[in-house]
Amino acid sequence: MNYAARIGNLRKEYRLGGEAVHALRGVTFDVPEGDYISIMGPSGSGKSTLLNLLGCLDRPTSGSFLLGDDDVSRMTDDQLSETRARRIGFVFQSYNLLPALTVVENIEVPLVYSGRVTRGDRQRCVELARLVGLGERLEHRPAQLSGGQQQRVAIARSLVNDPRFMLADEPTGNLDSATTEEILNLLERLNRDGRTIILVTHEAEVAERTRRTIVLRDGQIQTDKRR
Amino acid sequence: MTGWLRILKLSVKNLLMHPLRSGLTVLGIFIGVSGVIWLLAIGEGIGRASEEQIAALGARNIIVRTIKPSSDEVQDAGYGLTRSDYMRLLATVHTIETAVPIREVPQEIRYRTRKFEGRCVGCTPEYAEAARLRQAAGRFLCDADLIEERNFCVLAAESAERLFPFGNPLGEEIMVDDEFYRVVGVMQPRAPSSGIGGSLAAEDYSRDVYIPLTAMQRRMGDMMVVTKPGQFQRDLFELSQITLQVKDREQVLQTVDVVRDTIAREHTLPDFGVTVPLELLRQAQTTRLMFMLFLGLIAAVSLVVGGIGIMNIMLATVTERTREIGIRRALGAKRRDITRQFVIEAVVLSVVGGALGVRGGLLCRPISVRIRQLLLAWFPDQMADLPEVVRTVEPILVSWSIPLAFLISAIVGVLFGVYPAIRAARLDPIEALRHE
Repeated sequence: MNYAARIGNLRKEYRLGGEAVHALRGVTFDVPEGDYISIMGPSGSGKSTLLNLLGCLDRPTSGSFLLGDDDVSRMTDDQLSETRARRIGFVFQSYNLLPALTVVENIEVPLVYSGRVTRGDRQRCVELARLVGLGERLEHRPAQLSGGQQQRVAIARSLVNDPRFMLADEPTGNLDSATTEEILNLLERLNRDGRTIILVTHEAEVAERTRRTIVLRDGQIQTDKRR
Repeated sequence: MTGWLRILKLSVKNLLMHPLRSGLTVLGIFIGVSGVIWLLAIGEGIGRASEEQIAALGARNIIVRTIKPSSDEVQDAGYGLTRSDYMRLLATVHTIETAVPIREVPQEIRYRTRKFEGRCVGCTPEYAEAARLRQAAGRFLCDADLIEERNFCVLAAESAERLFPFGNPLGEEIMVDDEFYRVVGVMQPRAPSSGIGGSLAAEDYSRDVYIPLTAMQRRMGDMMVVTKPGQFQRDLFELSQITLQVKDREQVLQTVDVVRDTIAREHTLPDFGVTVPLELLRQAQTTRLMFMLFLGLIAAVSLVVGGIGIMNIMLATVTERTREIGIRRALGAKRRDITRQFVIEAVVLSVVGGALGVRGGLLCRPISVRIRQLLLAWFPDQMADLPEVVRTVEPILVSWSIPLAFLISAIVGVLFGVYPAIRAARLDPIEALRHE
């Protein structure tokens, strides 16, 4: 079996006002390619810390994190940036679009940092916007879009470098149920195309739509159930 | 290449999101850069004007002037340069080509009922050339006038204007000190010279009346009597000034020492001063350099202030855009991508300011002329009190000041943009993403 990621005894400690906070206390799980995983848990359970590590925004204090065949825990800051740009698609709860840029320009941003913007890429961005149903709003700014539309722009943006590995941090947290449905359908479609998706959520209905649910508690895995 | 273009475009876009803020920052640099160009141009203008004035005295000239010693030393004895000084100089200093002695006495000049307070100058024919006077009508004094001690005179432009507002002065007789002198010539107006240091005070040639030196000696003697209300003053002196022209410019400095010794030998009082335009010229050149450096320094300070403005704005921008930085980092921006973005924004601000500043600097001349006109129109009295140099100075653009100012502005942008940019790049992406 091919693994998109393998996490072994992952630990993360912070210093907060001189006191050590153990956010993750040894987390181990494998992510087969094409898996669709939801991570749940109460606040403070280490969900966000885990997602930051998986997203290469941070390095673990100890333990290993193999993304494909590469050990993320040994990467330099620049290598982490490069990995984020080329191999990981990010979707955030609060969309995190750049307000000054148009829909197309927002979708383009990761391309800039992976070092290639060509005429063909522009076309790709337009196609991605169409894919998420925003073909008519290419030149709009985020402020002119609804929450669901903004999240769809964010998803299109996460796809622009064609990553195999997608991370979503409560992607439906700010959306009503109809829009939530749309976004989940979109994610499901992407998963069917072969992309590995890990999403963090605290809504059971959302978690039920995934194939596997990992519940964290106090920095450790409480349950890891496959449906 | 397209990458840089993209960043540039993005920078301009970001800056235009706060037009007033960016505009004020640009203004700071604008003032600094045009300040550098203006101050250097004005410095150059003043410097060159004074050098021209000195050069006008003649680089080959040595000017010896009578200086009146403090009154208790003088008593009733005479003081100052004498005719024998003049003769001795001519006879003993062989590097001297010509020597022009003059004697100046303030006198009331009259023609029939018209009169004015003028200056009677006893001189030789060479004086016209030495003082660079130009003929308007008739002729200047000639050797024969001197030899025969003729009562002839030549009028300066304003003197002629005052005595003969309507008629032709040539051939008329005017009265100076109870003697009649026939007008044989009128000179063109000559701009007054300003005091340039040494023993030379500012001189106004406009109210002169020139008569043969020999005639002056014969008719007026060597005693000059000045009576004013509450004051009676007598001065006994033979000559006011001797202008020497040296044969070769190279010999000027040696000749000065000889001249000084030759005169001093016969003088017990410190009653004469020697001015060497060449020396003054060299001094003026050094002074000008110092002056320009000083002005440049002042302008540079204002550029630094502009730079601090940039830094201030960029720091505010970094704080304001923390979240954007977080998003960009999460999407794969490296630290140096962030640094580059902010440095370029700072450089765009400073270079735009610099370019506008150069534009403003180029307008230096027309604007300063306009300002002077306005000042002259609004405050004529106060302006009249200002020194000549200030009233007439023409700024001269110094060619190297333009690239220099522009370069400095760009450097300022980088220098003051780097710190905020590094701060932006050092932000932890996770923290930055959380920032509201």
